[in-house]
Amino acid sequence: MNYARVLRGVVGAAGFLAAAELVGMSGLVDDRFLPRMSTVLAGAAGLVTDQDFLADAGATLTVWLLGLLLTVAVAVPAGLLLGTLPRAEAAVRPLIEFLRPIPSVAVIPLAILLFSDNLNLKLAVIVYASSWPVLINTIYGLKDVDPLAKETLRSFGFAPLPVLARVALPSAAPFIATGIRVASGIAIILAISAELMAGGSEGIGIYITEAASGSRVDLMLAATLWAGLFGVVADSVMVALERRLFRWHHVRTGGAR
Amino acid sequence: MLEITDLVHSYGSHRVLGGVSFSVAEGELVSVVGPSGCGKSTLLRSVAGLIRPSGGRITLGGEPVERTPDNLAIVFQDYSRSLFPWMSAANNVALPLRRKGMDRRRRREAAMTALEQVGLADAGGKFPWEMSGGMQQRVSIARALAYRPSLLLMDEPFGSVDAQTREDLEDLVLNVCAHHGITILLITHDIDESVYVGDRVIVLTRSPTRVAADLEIGLGRSRDQIATRQLDAFVRLRAEVGRLVRGGHTTTPASVLEKH
Ligand SMILES: Nc1ncnc2c1ncn2[C@@H]1O[C@H](COP(=O)(O)OP(=O)(O)O)[C@@H](O)[C@H]1O
Ligand SMILES: [Mg+2]
Repeated sequence: MNYARVLRGVVGAAGFLAAAELVGMSGLVDDRFLPRMSTVLAGAAGLVTDQDFLADAGATLTVWLLGLLLTVAVAVPAGLLLGTLPRAEAAVRPLIEFLRPIPSVAVIPLAILLFSDNLNLKLAVIVYASSWPVLINTIYGLKDVDPLAKETLRSFGFAPLPVLARVALPSAAPFIATGIRVASGIAIILAISAELMAGGSEGIGIYITEAASGSRVDLMLAATLWAGLFGVVADSVMVALERRLFRWHHVRTGGAR
Repeated sequence: MLEITDLVHSYGSHRVLGGVSFSVAEGELVSVVGPSGCGKSTLLRSVAGLIRPSGGRITLGGEPVERTPDNLAIVFQDYSRSLFPWMSAANNVALPLRRKGMDRRRRREAAMTALEQVGLADAGGKFPWEMSGGMQQRVSIARALAYRPSLLLMDEPFGSVDAQTREDLEDLVLNVCAHHGITILLITHDIDESVYVGDRVIVLTRSPTRVAADLEIGLGRSRDQIATRQLDAFVRLRAEVGRLVRGGHTTTPASVLEKH
């Protein structure tokens, strides 16, 4: 981690918070619509001990994690299949190119019609939206595998499946991991969007909806702040993990150690 | 043990091999030399069963090569692509031994022994990208040795290392061949090298490639980078191979041999 970069980031964030606070103090904005930054931050701090919010956050994170695991379980094997069978890939590519750009949130109303169970609904939209980067990266990673590396194992008499498992998969793993990291960001967005649109009994989205109906903009923003923070932390943890696990890849591609 | 008869191969309409025939006896180190792009790698890939040649016949130990034969190993020129960067040197060497049904401990022991043989006793825990090019190619050679192949194929194995390392590796291969009795088919475009390491040198023409000459080297097995290269016989053979590679005609191999 670059110390100066972190410092600059902290200065930027602090500057924004201070500016927002000044705008609040100046009375330019009615603080029923946009509460003071200090109020929001205090609210966010208060949420840490708020049993209701903790239950909601736990519910969202559970859905997020389940959705992400399901995504990996679906998209990685699908990617492996398409990545090793070029004809099958050519057949489904137009479909992928058509479906992928559709904003994922737009499928939520359809999912609401299709699924009676709230958990299934959320998982379905998460898996649908998060699968794309994992699928595409797996296919791309497999295409990028060095043919000479595969030939090496073939020359030692390894059959196609063992070659896939021992060369293609490890070699594509860094790409797959990046796909999963992108998917994790999408999954948290979809989890909260589904809660906001489809309702349900618990979740950060539900907490925000309830805060809105009570005109507590400060709590809405505080809950949103926590959701954003979670996204940042999850992403950083995964970046760190990737650097550790795939050092060989980053050394090769000239990335930092 | 290896018999190649009228081997023909085309990529699309581009005929690369135009009927190559030669054989390699048990325990021999045969070098194959030919101009760049004449189909040396194509020849090697056909022998390894990695590609299916358009025509001709290859038998290994009397059996026709249809798929990759058992007990065959290849050392490629491009060690950095042929070694697996996510594995330590020892694990790279041990991996193919899974095919031999060896358990983990025996694989590990065999890998360590092979690494010792190539002078890398202490480097087993290193990763390929932490090693110099010469060390990486030693790991590739160790991987092939540990597998105990009856035929070892080498495709320009010293093409990507510096001159000093190249000489060291040439001597390493000569040693290995003498001590383990492995049959080696070594491909090179380097005329000097083909004569220095070979018991026999097969010279190939430009594509569509045929065998231009099959020369017995007869310099004996113990060779020395400086003394051997100064021998009259070496100098004469090198000149002969050089002429042949450039498309000249052979003085009969017998006459070359008579002179020394
Ligand atoms: N997979 C391939 N598809 C089409 N052409 C190829 C392929 N591999 C090699 N060639 C062509 O065949 C010729 C011989 O290649 P190769 O066997 O690699 O020669 P060498 O190893 O002697 O340099 C070259 O002209 C090369 O461009
Ligand atoms: Mg070649």
